[in-house]
Amino acid sequence: MSGASGSGTPRLPLGTRAAIFLRLLAIQGSWNYESLLGNGVGFCIEPALRLLPGGIHGQAFKSALARESRYFNAHPYLAAIAVGALARAELDGEAPERIERFRTALCGPLGSVGDRLVWAGWLPLCSLASLAIFGLGAGTLAVVGFFLVAYNAGHFALRVWGLETGWRHGLRVAAALGNPVFRRGPQEIGRLAAVATGIAIPLALGRVIGPGRSLMGIVLVAVALGSLAIVRLQRRIEGWRLSLVVLALFVLISVIH
Amino acid sequence: MSALQLLPVAILGAVLGLDVVSFPQAMISRPVVAATLGGTLIGESSSGLLVGAILELIALETLPFGASRYPEWGSAAVVGGVIFGSHAAHPAGAMTLAVLAALATTWVGGWTMVQLRTLNARWAAKRRDALEAGARGSVVSLQLIGMTADLARGFLLTAIAYALLAPLAAFCIARWSGDARLSRSMVVGVAASVAGGAAWKLFHSTNGARWLFLGGLAVGLFMLFAQ
Repeated sequence: MSGASGSGTPRLPLGTRAAIFLRLLAIQGSWNYESLLGNGVGFCIEPALRLLPGGIHGQAFKSALARESRYFNAHPYLAAIAVGALARAELDGEAPERIERFRTALCGPLGSVGDRLVWAGWLPLCSLASLAIFGLGAGTLAVVGFFLVAYNAGHFALRVWGLETGWRHGLRVAAALGNPVFRRGPQEIGRLAAVATGIAIPLALGRVIGPGRSLMGIVLVAVALGSLAIVRLQRRIEGWRLSLVVLALFVLISVIH
Repeated sequence: MSALQLLPVAILGAVLGLDVVSFPQAMISRPVVAATLGGTLIGESSSGLLVGAILELIALETLPFGASRYPEWGSAAVVGGVIFGSHAAHPAGAMTLAVLAALATTWVGGWTMVQLRTLNARWAAKRRDALEAGARGSVVSLQLIGMTADLARGFLLTAIAYALLAPLAAFCIARWSGDARLSRSMVVGVAASVAGGAAWKLFHSTNGARWLFLGGLAVGLFMLFAQ
């Protein structure tokens, strides 16, 4: 089984850790409306469960894998925390009822914290910053390279930290969600993204349209009015669907005219 | 259009479609990346980037929150990038049609993702007893089948969308009556409106975000008119 490190935390073999990490990248591979991430969590923990007494043919392995493959919901990146903590709990021989209660309790926080931090924060910030760089006239490699490096620095750091933290704390991992990054991160990222939005939109418009102040002024006013209309209509129609309709009509007029 | 032209586009669409949810969610499927890669595939990376930036503005509104239904941008942006890149001189209407083709593909792509999730649930239900017994093979195979199906979904979606929409776009471009600059202004104006609305929804409840946005806008406008 796993050895013990100097700090008292059992050591997970490097090969097992690497296998879990690689599988975490595919945690949503069988995502469905019934068990959601459930099978993915079982898939990710499976390399660690092989360390249970009796290996893959033992009853302990089978019971643990069945338990870990049931319904689970979390943000895919923060699911790393759950996978690390659940792997530790199973290898520590925690009572099945305790593990199941822990799984249930972890679902909500890992979903909402991850959504606010990553989907509503880090992703739009990186996207807007890359659009600002695009608007400043940067080349293909600079724009795409910046986006991928910046976004994935946060993405991979979160997954690595999550797995490590989950494994270190086991069933006591809930305290890790009080990390300042989770408490203050979304607000701070939101502020940066607000600045980036203001910078990116006019610059991106400028690059696509090209020189000419009068046309640019008209487009900027139209964009302000269009944004207001989309905010007002947000409960009735999504902006991307509306843009599909508007552009389809524009094409029809331009081709038939 | 020959199969030899279609195949690399469909393979790229499949790989980027897989990134949206299944593996590895590194956001290579975001339009700014996917459309640029689509353009690069036919030697027109700058064209791909232009259309990718417009689609990225629109995609700001559709973030992949949990179980919500959202459009699939990976395969769709490849279709948009390749269509725009195919008209290297950027004639009037080319950008509008490339963005429209990508939006239509992303709409269908979102629907195919829902179908795949339903299929995944069906495959899981077939293996319920084995999963309840902790059968390792069932857990692993379910995951691999789901990812393979997602890859196939992206491949078919990209191939069909590109095969249908590229000739349609070429047909429309040949009959386009408007001015090139005006049509570019129209499409980027619509995209920026969606981005503005999306940013408002995301950040309006953040303390000080309105003032920070206005500060950023002042900087952005200054830089725009100083260029």
